[in-house]
Amino acid sequence: MTDVLIVVALLLVAGAATAAVLNRDPVRQALVLSFLGLALALLFTFLQAPDVALSQLAVGSAVTPLMILLTVRKVRRRSGNDHGADEPAGRER
Amino acid sequence: MTVLPYLVAGWIFLIGVYGLVTSRNLIHAVGCLAVTQSSTYVLLLAVGYRNGGTAPVFSDAPTDSRVVDPVVQALALTDIVVGATVTALLLALVLQLRKRHGTVDPDALSELKG
Amino acid sequence: MSFRFRLWVFLVGAAGFAVLFAVACFGLPAFGSGHHPYGVRAVRASLNHHTANVIASVNFDLRAFDTLGEETILFAAVLGAVVLLRQTQDERRKTPEPAVVHPRVRRFALLTLPLALLVGLYVIAHGQISPGGGFQGGVVTATALHLLYVASDYRALERVRPLTVYEIGEAAGEAAYVVTGFAAVLAGSAFLANVLPFGTLATLSSGGTVPLLNAAIGLEVASGVVVLLARFLDQAVEIEEPGEDEESGDPREIEKPRESQGPGKPRESEEPRGCGRPKESEGPEASGASRDDDNRDDKRE
Repeated sequence: MTDVLIVVALLLVAGAATAAVLNRDPVRQALVLSFLGLALALLFTFLQAPDVALSQLAVGSAVTPLMILLTVRKVRRRSGNDHGADEPAGRER
Repeated sequence: MTVLPYLVAGWIFLIGVYGLVTSRNLIHAVGCLAVTQSSTYVLLLAVGYRNGGTAPVFSDAPTDSRVVDPVVQALALTDIVVGATVTALLLALVLQLRKRHGTVDPDALSELKG
Repeated sequence: MSFRFRLWVFLVGAAGFAVLFAVACFGLPAFGSGHHPYGVRAVRASLNHHTANVIASVNFDLRAFDTLGEETILFAAVLGAVVLLRQTQDERRKTPEPAVVHPRVRRFALLTLPLALLVGLYVIAHGQISPGGGFQGGVVTATALHLLYVASDYRALERVRPLTVYEIGEAAGEAAYVVTGFAAVLAGSAFLANVLPFGTLATLSSGGTVPLLNAAIGLEVASGVVVLLARFLDQAVEIEEPGEDEESGDPREIEKPRESQGPGKPRESEEPRGCGRPKESEGPEASGASRDDDNRDDKRE
């Protein structure tokens, strides 16, 4: 039973990691990273590592995505008034 | 099952590095670095796992119970929190780059510097 | 290096890594096998020091010096981010307008805020007997505080968060860790050795210096994360560069970032008072709150 849970969590983590990388838009990536943090926390719980899971839950699914979102907000705020000088970097991918 | 967790760790590492290499946006690259980093947690905890073991906390378990390896967990635990602050430092660098050079595209940046 | 060439270098390297890593995987002990010499010894050492949570014991007793290094990385990273994200001379601060929050979101956030704070502090305090400790509890405490941003707006958060206190708290956490280490030296043992009485297993006072070091780490991590998020929030919400606003050519705005910028934008200076909740319009900043165009841009994105 535990084995099945671990396998499912592993596949979930692998899928979330792949999705996080392939999402080129940082905002979407932040959301997927948040999900990846959740999946990792789940996996760590099944691997009998509650300490690590707690740490990952607090950091991976809250702090890191939040900081990415704030950075995106700051970067795009300026792009908005730059008359699209470097639009491709922030907006399209 | 005997090697699947290790292979998943390897896959996460590779896909993370792939994202770093192909990234056209430094914020996205920092996110990919966070993904790459999480592969080390998976590998460490997979190495420390023991069939039928419980968490290495003895507050309500008998002291002779079978537990998983606590050392690798301690390593992963501190790394997660410290890694987050390092991610913050990198994002701060990205913001500074944006201010100085007006772009977050690494390729545009190298053109700028010649 | 062109994009294509870079990709090829990656593919070659990745193929090599994949082959070697796969070979190594099959050479590793199978997943879940029983031989863990270090783990067994760490468990024994932890139980000898009456610390129920072996991971806390490994971090703050067996490898306490290593954790000092980790803590210093954290400290340096926060310091570096603070320096990089400071307000430069050509930037000015604008007061963010009061936000309108749905009452249900507000009630929920205000309800969970004390709960989350309590959980964070509990996790720090019980690090030696249950899963948790300074690292996890610190992050939980710091993020819990930011529920206030969800419940209300940035200015409410700023009011209850004197940043200087947290900057001092971060340094104090690092210092407390080092001082605890030297206290052991004064007691006639090695640096960061566990010299306090160990107490009874699985009680709050067990573990000798482990709870103390946990508290020091908790203080540092919580303060560090608060400071970090504050700097990012400042950048995202408050600090403005010259290029971000068409009317920032006015030198007065650069010299007196906190004061009223009413004359430049008479058409908009009335707005914040109109839509704000009563408590938002008190305080010196509120009267001069001017609405900026790019803020509206943000909402659209």
